Amino acid sequence: MALAKRIIPCLDVDQGRVVKGVNFVGIRDAGDPVEVAKRYDEQGADEITFLDITATHEDRGTTVQMVEAIAEHVFIPLTVGGGIREVDDIRRMLNAGADKVSINSAAVYNPEFVRQASEKFGAQCIVVAIDAKRVAGSGELGDSENKWEIFTHGGRKPTGIDAVEWAIKMADYGAGEILLTSMDRDGVKTGFDLGVTRAISDAVNIPVIASGGVGNLEHLADGVTLGHADAVLAASIFHFGEYTVQEAKQHMADAGIEMRLD
Amino acid sequence: MAASKVCAVIDYGMGNLHSAHGALQKVAPETQVLVTSKPEEILAADHVVLPGVGAIRDCVGEIKAQGIDQIVAEVMQSKPLLGICVGLQAMMTHSEENGGVDCLNLFEGEVRYFGDDLTENDERLKVPHMGWNQVETLDHPLWADIADGSRFYFVHSYYVDAKNKDQVKGRGFYGKSFDAALAQDNVFAVQFHPEKSHKNGLQLLQNFINWDGQA
Repeated sequence: MALAKRIIPCLDVDQGRVVKGVNFVGIRDAGDPVEVAKRYDEQGADEITFLDITATHEDRGTTVQMVEAIAEHVFIPLTVGGGIREVDDIRRMLNAGADKVSINSAAVYNPEFVRQASEKFGAQCIVVAIDAKRVAGSGELGDSENKWEIFTHGGRKPTGIDAVEWAIKMADYGAGEILLTSMDRDGVKTGFDLGVTRAISDAVNIPVIASGGVGNLEHLADGVTLGHADAVLAASIFHFGEYTVQEAKQHMADAGIEMRLD
Repeated sequence: MAASKVCAVIDYGMGNLHSAHGALQKVAPETQVLVTSKPEEILAADHVVLPGVGAIRDCVGEIKAQGIDQIVAEVMQSKPLLGICVGLQAMMTHSEENGGVDCLNLFEGEVRYFGDDLTENDERLKVPHMGWNQVETLDHPLWADIADGSRFYFVHSYYVDAKNKDQVKGRGFYGKSFDAALAQDNVFAVQFHPEKSHKNGLQLLQNFINWDGQA
């Protein structure tokens, strides 16, 4: 008996619709988030994460309706990230049926927000998203010169904050989990940045989700075995039917990783 | 036509009850599932669910402030009651969380912290215990059609240690053995989230709705 590592498909949503192309065989309108969530649920996804890229605050009401609709049909944990800036944003998402919210830039601008959120809603629903970029070292596992820094604005704006120290601070402030995205690897499909994944996962006592760079199933397994991640997040490899979540889980189980296969 | 059965999910202001409501409604379309804080509605229901998320001090504080403890005690005398997550922890005698909180003492036992130095097979374990873990199921009608060792979704940093181990109907393991399900008469309470545990969780909820409260 052991806790399973998790696979988390991630979807970008804009005004309550899935964007950035999701193309399952057999779904006519792949932009319907309920249909997409149901499909991942059937494939055995352990959780689903939605990244809300809706531009304006006013339009986010549609995201709330989307979460409500999904929570009626999908009975696995749902995380919503993007645009979570105040306590009311969290309350709205949780009331709509999200189990966790992911806080990104707002944590950088105001770390106290994480503490407040955790005290108010419990650490179990507060995920802190960290976008890290390598600023020194080779990036190879074990290179003691490696250093990563927090970036905001989709990786464009440096903050001067060390990623590992930041993760420790966020855990201390009451984050229940860390969603770590490598800005160097995001969209590149050459695998997770295992160096930063392991450095952060080993430094904190809360679960770490590895994100950014998955191009094949081996990358997912590496995230756990070499990166020491507790969960792995991927988007595009699942969206276009390249692999199903089920295949990914089986591959990880075959690599000796504890997975939920039933 | 007989009046449809009613299942009340107790709302005492602690977070998201959408999922519990949705999951119960899915497995029991004929049942009227109410999310309510009204004593008369809870007491008139056929089945009652005591959910809970967040910190124990706030949960138990709200339960007591709103008189939910009295209602739960009354429900326990007469109809099937399901406790979920902090709902289970609130039923215990005492919790270590938040510097120590006296709970409802409906089950004798402690709620303890997993610890910062938890290991399993030389691997360090993170806290909270978050994700899908296996449950060793012990004989009870609520496990009908659920295989022993099935996985359920857990998220908690504190675990239940019941004094009377005869009440333990499900065991979990995370660095140490913990009580994942307790039962006594018409009460069944679980540490995991059945409403987030996919088909095994839905099956458990269905079994609860079909349960007459007899062990």
